[in-house]
Amino acid sequence: MPASLADRPAWELRALYRRKAASPREAARAVLDRLEALEHRIHAYLFWDADAVVAQAARWESRAHREDAPPLAGVPVALKDNICTRGWPTTAGSRILDGFRPPYDATVVARLRRAGAILVGKTNCDEFAMGSSTENSAFGPTRNPWDLDRVPGGSSGGSAAAVAAGEATLALGSDTGGSIREPAAFCGVVGLKPTYGRVSRYGLIAFASSLDQIGPFARDVRDAALALRVIAGRDPADSTSAEIEVPPYDEQLAGEVKGLRLGIVREFLSEGTDGGVAAAVREAVQTLRGLGAVCEEVSLPHAPYALPAYYLVAPAEASSNLARYAGVHYGHRTARADDLYTMYARTRREGFGPEVKRRIMLGTYALSAGYYDAFYLRAQRVRTLIRRDFEAAFAKFDALLGPVAPTTAFRLGERTQDPLQMYLADVFTVPVNLAGVPGISVPCGFAGGLPVGLQVIGRPFDEGTVLNIAYALERATDFHAARPPVASAAR
Amino acid sequence: MIDDRIVDHVARLGRLELSPEERELFRAQLGSILEHFRRLDALDLTDVPATSHVLPVANVLRDDVAQPSLAREDALGNAPEAEDGYVVVPPVIEAE
Repeated sequence: MPASLADRPAWELRALYRRKAASPREAARAVLDRLEALEHRIHAYLFWDADAVVAQAARWESRAHREDAPPLAGVPVALKDNICTRGWPTTAGSRILDGFRPPYDATVVARLRRAGAILVGKTNCDEFAMGSSTENSAFGPTRNPWDLDRVPGGSSGGSAAAVAAGEATLALGSDTGGSIREPAAFCGVVGLKPTYGRVSRYGLIAFASSLDQIGPFARDVRDAALALRVIAGRDPADSTSAEIEVPPYDEQLAGEVKGLRLGIVREFLSEGTDGGVAAAVREAVQTLRGLGAVCEEVSLPHAPYALPAYYLVAPAEASSNLARYAGVHYGHRTARADDLYTMYARTRREGFGPEVKRRIMLGTYALSAGYYDAFYLRAQRVRTLIRRDFEAAFAKFDALLGPVAPTTAFRLGERTQDPLQMYLADVFTVPVNLAGVPGISVPCGFAGGLPVGLQVIGRPFDEGTVLNIAYALERATDFHAARPPVASAAR
Repeated sequence: MIDDRIVDHVARLGRLELSPEERELFRAQLGSILEHFRRLDALDLTDVPATSHVLPVANVLRDDVAQPSLAREDALGNAPEAEDGYVVVPPVIEAE
């Protein structure tokens, strides 16, 4: 039996449309059927609109086969719920934004619409993207399609689970400290965090503005390249978006790594990394070596300091960004306040969940008089050391390799009582955000039946090389083709 | 090193009302998190400048030309309370 249209990558859907072997309406139906069959078990979405999906598919039904159809014509795409969608609920997983419907589209949403995408709905995430398991969503956790007792990773867990389970062909997420790469690794899909500035953040609900970046989830590297091409590029509405040409990533995938110099990050394969994860990563390194890449160990000596630096910088920025949720312009407002201060403070008490409150406290503390120098400024200086580590490594290597996370997907509830344990899931991803460089998670094997991701880290704005290395690995293995049992059973 | 006084001060700066349980929890958790982060003290950061932003951009300017923007009713459409084109909040200045 051929694979369901719900499990086909976008580039394959396009080819099928061209040959008139399938149509957007059929693909949309397949995705909706899958979603309706699995959603009560996975909870990848906070919102979807079946009628809107059908209407968008109808728009491309008679045009998706044409040579001049836009790149994602008739492709079902899911959006993390911290990305603003005109008229669709956008909560960022928080009660404080329950009922909020943005009056505008994020730039990436406008670009997807222009590219012909069928927008399916909004995916679950940790509240304000703060978390590594999607358990911090105010609307209940998402479950990992590979094992429903385990987390999908986070914070973009809904997007990763939706793509893994065939509830969307592609999805967008955001990555501040690993929130695309970690869930991609845990769910066995491809997830790319672009260079800071590569993709417009206009319409992304801000968490930590110097670290946040939007990127794609996909079932293979070609699709990730295609999606990045659509969403990347300068946007006048985001002054940090870079005026740097966007190459046709999907057309430039050669899968050729011969002669490339790849650095294996020593600090990422320390004793803290699970044996099965380390074995799968070493195997991937061997595969790339077999394809002609020159792989050698490299040290990022300050990487072990990245986690504390990140957990000071990110909450500090968050405490400032989240000041806007005070019951004035949008979202929840407490019913029990007679004065302005109480309205702010009580609205926030009622609307924010525990992790968001914890980070507001941590960030406010780190920025407050008397502690600023000892914590915030110190963390920003460490950030400089981490950037320099990457610069030194990239003087010798074309890209860096390592695991995405120290473990595979953990059990629901396993880490919710201990914030530090939860933060440790980000130990190999946060250095990349602090340095602003691009990183991808590409499936590289299994450990104990659960997916493992290889992290490929590149020079600033060199997503092309990162994608190419991931593509070479993907072609030499078939881990990306494995589907979670729950999706195979649903067909 | 984190006591109730600091927790209350920080919560007030952050405009965050805490329940007694949260106050207790955050005192303990912030203490242990910050204690863990003390490992940064091991680094010699003399002469290391701070990185606040990874891109070498500053003062991105554009021509000062009016562009279409949100209609007022759209901008106010999500406000918990609005009247005559303004958001409504509790009194800020006490009446005499």
